[in-house]
Amino acid sequence: MQIYLPIAEVSVNAFLLLGLGGLVGVLSGMFGVGGGFLMTPLLFFIGIPPAVAVATEANQIVASSFSGVLAHFKRRTVDLRMGTVLLVGGLTGAALGVVIFNYLKSLGQVDLLVKLCYVVFLGIIGSLMFVESLNAIRKSRKNTGPIKRKKHNWIHGLPFKMRFRVSGLYISVIPPVIVGVFVGILSAIMGVGGGFIMVPAMIYLLGMPTKVVVGTSLFQIIFVTAFTTLLHATTNYTVDMALAVLLLVGGVIGAQFGAVIGAKLKAEQLRILLALMVIAVCLKLALDLLFMPSELYSLGAAGGH
Amino acid sequence: MLRNFLAAAVCLMLPLAAAAKEEVVLGLSQNRVAITANFDGSEILVFGAVKREDAIPEGDPLEVVVTVSGPLGPITVRRKEKRFGIWVNTDSVTIDGAPSFYAVATSAPLRKTISLEEDILNRVSIDNAINSIGARFDKADAQEFAKAVARIRTDNGLYSLQEEAVKVSEQTLFRTSIAMPANLTEGDYETRVLLTRGGKVISSFSTTIDVRKVGLERWLFNLSRQQPLIYGLLSLAIAIISGWAASAFFRFVRQRG
Repeated sequence: MQIYLPIAEVSVNAFLLLGLGGLVGVLSGMFGVGGGFLMTPLLFFIGIPPAVAVATEANQIVASSFSGVLAHFKRRTVDLRMGTVLLVGGLTGAALGVVIFNYLKSLGQVDLLVKLCYVVFLGIIGSLMFVESLNAIRKSRKNTGPIKRKKHNWIHGLPFKMRFRVSGLYISVIPPVIVGVFVGILSAIMGVGGGFIMVPAMIYLLGMPTKVVVGTSLFQIIFVTAFTTLLHATTNYTVDMALAVLLLVGGVIGAQFGAVIGAKLKAEQLRILLALMVIAVCLKLALDLLFMPSELYSLGAAGGH
Repeated sequence: MLRNFLAAAVCLMLPLAAAAKEEVVLGLSQNRVAITANFDGSEILVFGAVKREDAIPEGDPLEVVVTVSGPLGPITVRRKEKRFGIWVNTDSVTIDGAPSFYAVATSAPLRKTISLEEDILNRVSIDNAINSIGARFDKADAQEFAKAVARIRTDNGLYSLQEEAVKVSEQTLFRTSIAMPANLTEGDYETRVLLTRGGKVISSFSTTIDVRKVGLERWLFNLSRQQPLIYGLLSLAIAIISGWAASAFFRFVRQRG
């Protein structure tokens, strides 16, 4: 069944959109990532104009994250206090990111920089997670005893300490705020929720337990993407409500299944799967940059360079 | 002397006058296209007759060209080049006016229907419909960029040239159909019919097809432009409500099961 999207001004198959939404929703519920880093390129691929894809994707992430976070609230795996601290940083970062984005746009080459951002960050995070998860699995096979996770590092020496009961942490608020700002900037530039950066940052930098990380990341993503949606809707008029509804109907249902699947998998398995997915997307983007494209020319709206 | 000259002039003018008397009477199966939520393209039947007071002129047969052009707009065309091992956009050219949609149908092979000079003058073929005059001042190979526009949009089904697609009978009646794809944009689509003999345009007629979003599509589009904040908030509300509804529904199912 074809449907004409009023803002994107293209006609696409409604079931294809529902399916894409569902697939990304499952991942979102499982890993606590918004799924934007997968969905945005997929939308480009089916012919949605990039500006509309990025803006609408933000709106869809709000829905799937909200659906996901409710499931996590039920299981008490959301650290509200940590989420709020991250959010303060996140919103600041998103605002900064928009400024940086517009500056890059005025220089031209914004597409390239977005892609390079993807390749670099997905590559680093994906391979780090993959190696770490493999080691963890190997270790847990050798000795079934509890894995020692808590380490004292420089983060524990910083001031403004706060107790995060759900995460079982007593650390300074400075690292989470910095992580929030950083992810906020990247999410505005790359047009994604930023969960794929946030999740590893929470695990490896802040030392939060994996089970809490997913819910907390979703909680924070809702607000950052809602902010981004409003920004796009009011400045670029690129949020396509019809597209968003189709994606999110699939997405919210998928997110529920994802949360169930995620609860059944072991933390290491979850991480290794996420790592593999991140590496796959990174490789695809890197290959696009390295190999000669079949069409050297591309069309864009005038004045947008 | 004077009489001879007049006679010659009359003789010269006669065929011209006769030719000018051939006029187009045009019909369209529809003069508006409504873009609804389930719009997936449209086919417009263009038909008509040639009105003339005298007998059919002798010589070259009558040929017909039908063009349908979407609204013109400037576009930026970028070209990739390999720099530092990766493919990046380097050069860009702004094409002053390229139609969002363009279809040409002719009754014979293009060059048999219309001569190159008339083609350029009337902007008939796809390459000539794209206005890249301004771009030629900035870049030597601007033509390559204009060709890329034609190529990419032809691949997307937005531009088409259909030779021998107009059926002409008895040099009087003609008909063809123009397929409009699902990814149409709004606007006035200029529809032209050119009558030619021996490659020369002898008469032309143009009208517009009104392509408009209607119903929900119209409402959403207008809201997004006129009340962007409300539109954004509405989008978020839908997202939050559907997220909650899915969660509540699954909880209900799980408690039952």
